[in-house]
Amino acid sequence: MHGQNYEEFILGVSGFLTAYYVFIAIMNAVAALYLWQSGRAKPLFRFPIVGFMVSTAHIWVIVTAIFLMLGAGATNGGASVLSLSTSTRDLIDSWMNPITYSLGTLGILSVVFVARKFFVKPIVAWSLLNLSLLFMGLSMTDMEFAAIVMKPDNVPIVAMIYLLGYFTWLGAYRAVQNDERIARGEQPLESLDNEKVLVWPDLVYTELICMIVVTAILLLWGVGLMAPLEEPASTVQTPNPSKAPWYFLGLQEMLVYYDPWMAGVVLPSLIVGGLMAIPFIDFNPKGNGYYTIAERKFAYCTFQFGFLVLWVTLIVMGTFLRGPNWNFFGFYETWDQHKVQALNNVDLSQYFWVNLLQMGRPKAPDGSSTAMTVVYIAVRESPGILLLLFYFVGGPPAMVIYNKFFRQLFLRMGFMRYMVLSNLILLMGLLPLKMVARWVVNLKYFISIPEYFLNF
Amino acid sequence: MPSLDEIIRGSQIWKSIFRHPAPVDRRNRVVVMLTNFFLHLHPVSVKKQGIALSYTWCMGGVTFFLFLVETVTGVLLMFYYRPTLEWAYNDILALRDVTSLGVLREIHRWGAHAMVITVWLHMYRVFLTGSYKPPREFNWVLGVILLLLTLLLSFTGYLLPWDQLAIWAITVGSNMARATPFLGHEGPGAALLTVDGIDMITNASDARFGLLGARFVGEETLNRFYVLHCVAIPLGAALLIAIHFWRIRKDGGISGPL
Repeated sequence: MHGQNYEEFILGVSGFLTAYYVFIAIMNAVAALYLWQSGRAKPLFRFPIVGFMVSTAHIWVIVTAIFLMLGAGATNGGASVLSLSTSTRDLIDSWMNPITYSLGTLGILSVVFVARKFFVKPIVAWSLLNLSLLFMGLSMTDMEFAAIVMKPDNVPIVAMIYLLGYFTWLGAYRAVQNDERIARGEQPLESLDNEKVLVWPDLVYTELICMIVVTAILLLWGVGLMAPLEEPASTVQTPNPSKAPWYFLGLQEMLVYYDPWMAGVVLPSLIVGGLMAIPFIDFNPKGNGYYTIAERKFAYCTFQFGFLVLWVTLIVMGTFLRGPNWNFFGFYETWDQHKVQALNNVDLSQYFWVNLLQMGRPKAPDGSSTAMTVVYIAVRESPGILLLLFYFVGGPPAMVIYNKFFRQLFLRMGFMRYMVLSNLILLMGLLPLKMVARWVVNLKYFISIPEYFLNF
Repeated sequence: MPSLDEIIRGSQIWKSIFRHPAPVDRRNRVVVMLTNFFLHLHPVSVKKQGIALSYTWCMGGVTFFLFLVETVTGVLLMFYYRPTLEWAYNDILALRDVTSLGVLREIHRWGAHAMVITVWLHMYRVFLTGSYKPPREFNWVLGVILLLLTLLLSFTGYLLPWDQLAIWAITVGSNMARATPFLGHEGPGAALLTVDGIDMITNASDARFGLLGARFVGEETLNRFYVLHCVAIPLGAALLIAIHFWRIRKDGGISGPL
């Protein structure tokens, strides 16, 4: 791979990388200047002997210098040195699979949530941003990584990851501040500036500036990056992989675990319905009109689990990590058309009748009536049917009986609201449960009735 | 000698359009909000914190602005583009290679991606600040419908370039409709809908057929998606946007601590 082709690629990418590193350097320089000028730079430690006080502003000046050197190093094909070693990349690839990726993301987000007071500190958040940008830069010298990230339609998704990261930080930063204020008995930040101002000029000028900025970004983006246009449509040549538009890739990823009627029709409808139901099932009057986490922890965690973990994470996986035949590929792995992954998933009925009871699955005798066939199917699939009935019918009351928090919810929400809430949560929870069941015991379907296209 | 500014502002034409002096003092800054059609969506005054960018992120406004950008660039693109198998791909090719201002297509496509992202961020902000809570429940519901319409606008537009990327993305996306319970010919329950042993739901009568106008993504689909993309969905979205904005005012303006 490291032949003529690779050298041409490095030459092509080095110009971009120089600009990229210089941009990050400028970003850090601006941060240092802002901290210094506004007097917000925090003293960190005193240099021994010289007695020079090192502050956060100095740290970002040093980071600026490092990125400037990286930028200089990346010119004229020098970028090939500025990369992760092959062994590191192979190690990352060998670690990555749907399980580590999904659980890893969940784990990282959980840690960030629990230790949010630490992670929202500007110095911590800014360091993480720098590290992630450095990781991106070092990875861009890898042909496979660059090929996926630079694909024109994937550029917005890279932008989205950073925008989501920034706004999640901003929301949590303000929430943490508000939670501390409320704990001290003070009012949230949003109550401080209660003074009324005229919309002209305060709001209309903000809107005007926003419009100009957005226009400028769109123009630069449009001139700098061509919109994708592939070969003319051909109904006989199926590309591999065939992917839906990027915002539906979370749903396409769900096809691994569910049949199309669930992943493509029922679950999307439930997502829309569930979103619409939010204001009617969240009866907590607190946290209306200001950022807070402590006052609405359950709502916050549920929404973040649905949005960041189930929706965004699956989109990112579907876009960047799913290649030909929808196989999983690590960041630096070649998208090999011939990669074979053993698919030996087993239905629950198979597990129950064949593996556990050591007998054949019930099958209607040839020539039986439709009703008789249905009865046989019901018996065959009874383990899965009973399991799901137990989950959905038994789940809501069990939560009330065995969990103090849900008991309180039930008492305050009333029957209808509680049933809507608990069923939505159980449905949402079924996806990760099914993912785990697939990974751990190769479970294919709880209920498998291919005769009526009803697999669950 | 009156200055040019005074001559223009004093002229009958100017005064027929703007019926009051420039908004430089408090009185006229109030009046301008009440007498200008485009500004009258706003209240006259707002709480200072309510319009802080760190609070609103301006994402709803940016989404609306992107909707306007998409409308304007979309109308201009319609002058060039013909939604037929013969011309669709070639017209896009020409927009890229020969048409002056072909960059409109780039802006339209990137604007569409950006709009999907900003609409998510807007929803994210509204959730994080609990702004869907009473009395704004219904506006949240409208917002969810608008989110759906944004995705459908983007989805229908994805087909129009008629390249490999387009038809296969739409094929993959619309294949799901085949499995709609009862209404898709490969969906659970469809087999129950028979009359005298004849299936009512076939691949020529199911939900997917209704979406594509054919058994597979073809010329009928291109026409159907074109009309949905350029006329039907934008009209619906425009109506709902109007109600969404109107309800912000009626529900008490930008949210804030009670």
